[in-house]
Amino acid sequence: METTELEKLEVNLLLEAVFQRYGHDFRQYARASVHRRINNIRNHAGLETVSELIPRVLHEPLFFKQMLGEMSITVTTMFRDPGLFLYLRDKVLPYLKSYPSLKIWHAGCATGQEAYSLSILLQEENLAKRTVIYATDFNDAALDTAKKGIYDLKDVKDYTKNYQAAGGHRSFSEYYHAEYGAMKLRQCLKAPITFANHNLAIDGVFSETQLIMCRNVLIYFDKKLQDRALNLFHESLAENGFLCLGRRESIICSPLRKKFVALDEKHRVFQKKTGRQYV
Amino acid sequence: MFDAVVIGRPAGSIEVPASLPGTLPQDYPLPIIVAIHLHPLYQGNPARFTGSQTAIRIKEVLGKYPIETGNVYTAAANYHLPAEHDKTFALTVDDRVNYACPSIDVLFESAAFVYGESLTGILLSGAANGDGARGLAVIKQSGGLTVVQAPETDQSTAMPQAAVNTGSVDRILQPMILRDILR
Repeated sequence: METTELEKLEVNLLLEAVFQRYGHDFRQYARASVHRRINNIRNHAGLETVSELIPRVLHEPLFFKQMLGEMSITVTTMFRDPGLFLYLRDKVLPYLKSYPSLKIWHAGCATGQEAYSLSILLQEENLAKRTVIYATDFNDAALDTAKKGIYDLKDVKDYTKNYQAAGGHRSFSEYYHAEYGAMKLRQCLKAPITFANHNLAIDGVFSETQLIMCRNVLIYFDKKLQDRALNLFHESLAENGFLCLGRRESIICSPLRKKFVALDEKHRVFQKKTGRQYV
Repeated sequence: MFDAVVIGRPAGSIEVPASLPGTLPQDYPLPIIVAIHLHPLYQGNPARFTGSQTAIRIKEVLGKYPIETGNVYTAAANYHLPAEHDKTFALTVDDRVNYACPSIDVLFESAAFVYGESLTGILLSGAANGDGARGLAVIKQSGGLTVVQAPETDQSTAMPQAAVNTGSVDRILQPMILRDILR
């Protein structure tokens, strides 16, 4: 057997072990990235082969917890793709203002920067008091960071620049307190956000929502898992609800494409069609 | 004999190798995948850096595209461009590798896994940080052909030199000959 084939087999077995032991399902993730991550974990653990990770995962829950942290992608920033947030501010929120109360689902929130960006947007548009943001991720360590709302101060320059490009008209420094090389976001920004564990690969819909943001998550899924996630989003969204994906993600290749209207191609904003429209 | 070509293009490559894929004929028999170091804030289409002078199609990868003959593929700034096991692309927004995204190592290593000995890897010279050296070594280990642009033909030579230092380079070629080896 060729070494590449062998490695594929080992990765399959490892993912199966992880799924059966802990219920975390990476079996339908895009494989190139999974292999890269697993090989990094194997290197750090000082092991020769991927299959040596299997007994450690099965018998050492703490080892698995660490591994889970490394399997998830936590690269994020505040107001990432500011153009999207500008679009939300100018086009989407004015529409959502007509609702007496709002629910927003931020799926795959990682360490929470985007959820807080949304919270700032809602506050500036006077929607914060009647909105709940469900910010979910499968990575508990990332969620813990998100709940704290404390980030490295070295990133604040980028955050500020993005905030301004996203149509922010205040001083960004109003939103955080800086000390000890860190920035702590203001308590009021946390009020509308509920952070919770949710896994797009195995869990179901938990609420009706008017806006869903899920950016740079689907690119890690294979087509089947992408369709699963998109189905969840479709089910969760109220009629005329909005879906925001990452800059290189689309629903064009999915059977779900007929159930959404592409509102903004550049920023990947879609709207769920109403029952009447798609009959 | 070969099934694919991967090219690593660091920032600041000189004109000749930068436009290398763009000079190939439309019916070029292999897919060419190019990882280009771009500024994180660069929003434009990376395809312009490959300078198409002929009819060969240069595509920015926007999703899970299949890797097909007769195309030159690139990725936008802030997206890695790994080759997937079923010969499609799967963009990622993982951490920077060697301070770069897209990273040349990520492309080279993933392509070596998929194409094995049927892969040619070409590393151009430019402003350097060593990205691509490890990737070339992996291509070599998998039995593929490894080529770097001759260091002395560019002002900034550190990148190919890092690769040459790993001892995994089959050929070191001048830019003009580099184009011939593709043909």
